[in-house]
Amino acid sequence: MSFYLVQFLSGLAAAATLFLVSSGLTIVFGVTRIVNFAHGSFYMLGAYLGWSLIERWGTTPLGFWGGVALASLAVGALGALMEVGLLRRLYRSPELFQLLATFGVVLVIQDAASYAWGSEDLLGRRAPGLKGSVDILDQPFPLYDLVLIALGPVVLGLLWLLFNRTRWGTLVRAATQDREMAAALGVDPAKLFTGVLFLGSALAGLGGALQVPREAVNLHMDMSIVVEAFVVVVVGGMGSLTGAFVASLLIGQLQAFGILVFPQITLVLVFLFMAVVLVIRPYGLLGRKEEAPPTAASPGPPLVLATGLVRWVPALLLLLLALVPLVAGDYALIVLTEVVILALMAASLHLLIGLGGLVSFGHAAYFGLGAYGSALLVKHLAAPMPLALAAAPVLAGVGALIAGWFCVRRSGLYFAMLTLAFAQIAWSVAFQWYGFTGGDNGILGVWPPDWAAGKAAYYLLTLALAGGTLFLLRRAAFAPFGYTLRAGRDSALRAEAVGIDVRRHQWYAFALAGSAAGLAGGLYAFSKGSVFPTLMAVPMSVDALVMVLMGGIQTLSGPVVGAALFHLLETEVMSLTEWWRLVLGLVIIVLVLAFPKGVAGFVRDLWMRRKEA
Amino acid sequence: MSRLVVENLQRSFGGVKAVRGVSFSLAQGEVLALIGPNGAGKTTCFNLLNGQLRPDSGTVRLDGVDLVGLPPRRIWRLGVGRTFQITATFASMTVRENVQMVFLSCRRRLFGLWQPAVGCFRDEAQNLLERVGMGAQADRPCGVLAYGDLKRVELAMALASDPKILLMDEPTAGMAPAERLELMALTSALVRERGLAVLFTEHDMDVVFGHATRIIVLDRGQLIAEGPPEAVRADERVQAVYLGTAA
Repeated sequence: MSFYLVQFLSGLAAAATLFLVSSGLTIVFGVTRIVNFAHGSFYMLGAYLGWSLIERWGTTPLGFWGGVALASLAVGALGALMEVGLLRRLYRSPELFQLLATFGVVLVIQDAASYAWGSEDLLGRRAPGLKGSVDILDQPFPLYDLVLIALGPVVLGLLWLLFNRTRWGTLVRAATQDREMAAALGVDPAKLFTGVLFLGSALAGLGGALQVPREAVNLHMDMSIVVEAFVVVVVGGMGSLTGAFVASLLIGQLQAFGILVFPQITLVLVFLFMAVVLVIRPYGLLGRKEEAPPTAASPGPPLVLATGLVRWVPALLLLLLALVPLVAGDYALIVLTEVVILALMAASLHLLIGLGGLVSFGHAAYFGLGAYGSALLVKHLAAPMPLALAAAPVLAGVGALIAGWFCVRRSGLYFAMLTLAFAQIAWSVAFQWYGFTGGDNGILGVWPPDWAAGKAAYYLLTLALAGGTLFLLRRAAFAPFGYTLRAGRDSALRAEAVGIDVRRHQWYAFALAGSAAGLAGGLYAFSKGSVFPTLMAVPMSVDALVMVLMGGIQTLSGPVVGAALFHLLETEVMSLTEWWRLVLGLVIIVLVLAFPKGVAGFVRDLWMRRKEA
Repeated sequence: MSRLVVENLQRSFGGVKAVRGVSFSLAQGEVLALIGPNGAGKTTCFNLLNGQLRPDSGTVRLDGVDLVGLPPRRIWRLGVGRTFQITATFASMTVRENVQMVFLSCRRRLFGLWQPAVGCFRDEAQNLLERVGMGAQADRPCGVLAYGDLKRVELAMALASDPKILLMDEPTAGMAPAERLELMALTSALVRERGLAVLFTEHDMDVVFGHATRIIVLDRGQLIAEGPPEAVRADERVQAVYLGTAA
């Protein structure tokens, strides 16, 4: 009995941290509508800064708590700086570009933290006066955790007072409900947003700094917390503080007891929970129906079928690429093979984002399903490569058909989070089912047969299959299928009123995109000779998203350009410096600021303007 | 002969009874105006007819087929076209592509993966656009059109499915006076040409009394008058509703 009580209390302590971080996230989202990926990085920075300050002054209670507060304020200031220097320039851009920009910040902070504090885990000092534990029914329980448990409701209460009893809070709520009206009444939204980012980031920093006595500070804290915080925000209902509080409590308990009840599926429990909540309650526990869910992009100018000489550019490019093995060495061919595979991956995601307006945070699931499908067939059934490659798109397509059925029933960020949930479920199966998938050891020895084993031969095979699929995707985009998808994105109301079953179309598109990503995954497995759970992990999904956004979502060539740019940048910069994340992050930030329509969109605009002149 | 027969339609939102026992019918060749002050329940009525809202009770029949409970796209396929109070078009497509989209949907060609959509039903779409006076702007993106032009595009889109009934929610809102009369003259001509039946709402009384063949008046969710324009104009209750004098 006492054991369960202590477990329950640990769950409460974990919930407190989770609430601090996710309350910040939900406040920022509610007001600015920005999906702030950097929120986890602020949490991590809070932990690192907290660690340093506590190491220095943390011997006295005043020094310790002062250090925590200072770390939180410093992180808040950084958040405000991000708003002024970066996000403010992007409020007129499609909402996804703000997400891309915050992802650039994630990369920069990763390397900055690594530079300042090194990559070793840092163990922090315990809070003075709270080092011991109390016996609860004969079980020891850390005093510090009791303080954390109390802190959650206190912060909730303070935030409630702030938003309901102060003038600033009232203005923020007004701006949340109707940004334009608030602006018309003389509220400067820019100032309000700076304040909100300060508050949200400071809460993340506080959550991080408070973790110092509890766990080792390391460079992986950012991604894990931001994903969990998103889950909390979505489960609670976006923009709802009380919802975030309730969801934190539930998820804290789920983690505390889940490990006892379902030790095999701990990683996936939280995501299963979120999926179930979203299926039952579309807008989370306490969320309200959104008037306008975040969209991928304001509908762009019409897609134009290229005419004249331009029409032959893709074919010419393909021909040139096919001639590359005549001049290039093995290394260049390996990199190019990867570029071609990633181009297919990005193009398949673009089908969803660019045409359907469906932003998937979990597209890696289908890439991974294809890769694992091929590898498992080779490993368990000794299937030949052609069969394994043919199975990849089929398996991924079936997986996407199942997941898609649930996902397309939600829109905006809720859709995104459901796709993420399915991706995490797929990932944790690959990660935790050792007997079948090899767990994090992956599956090795997935090599092509002799006739395709040469780098040039495999490159040409990849080029043919991926190029062919890209061509089919392009046809589909200009065919009625693609037009119908865009119709549903432009105006679902009008689409339904002219006989279009928008959901069904989106569902098929989801399956088609998943299937194409699966082929890319299969090709990837044979090019590397191995598969690992990371193929389905969040960073892979985010990479694909970045490729699509970098290239620009308003042109079909965008994802191809973006994939090439991203992968070449990554491999080139990686070979030059160990600070590649910093460089990549800065490049992303500069690109977002310079080309708010993506690189391919920029080139096309330039071309159009010249044609008109 | 009546094509659309509405009987005892009811719908409330929370405690507010937005539509209370509305009954009327609409015959081929008619241009029926549904008027009433703001908040009378006109748009709710429209949304009940085309399936965007489900009535609490009552029936809606089109040529004897019960429409209640069907989703908008099914009702559309049965022959009820619609234009919206706030125009809804596909902003990322050209004017012609918007109309082509409707043809594709009508002929059930939406799932094509190969043939480029720009070539499908191009001439049919162009002809319709010429008919509503948008032929010259067929290649412009819908996202950049003036409001009045968007209304015409919506009309062309509604016509593309060759509907039996056309529901037009404030078809001339946001247009200049000359444009309004022009659009309604066009609508009347189309009704004669195509054997349509039109139900429309409108605030501009010149438009209503100039083009409606019959008028029904809604006030606080209930029908208070029905008849030819002259009769409705003379009706005391209608005057009371509009002029605010006690009835």
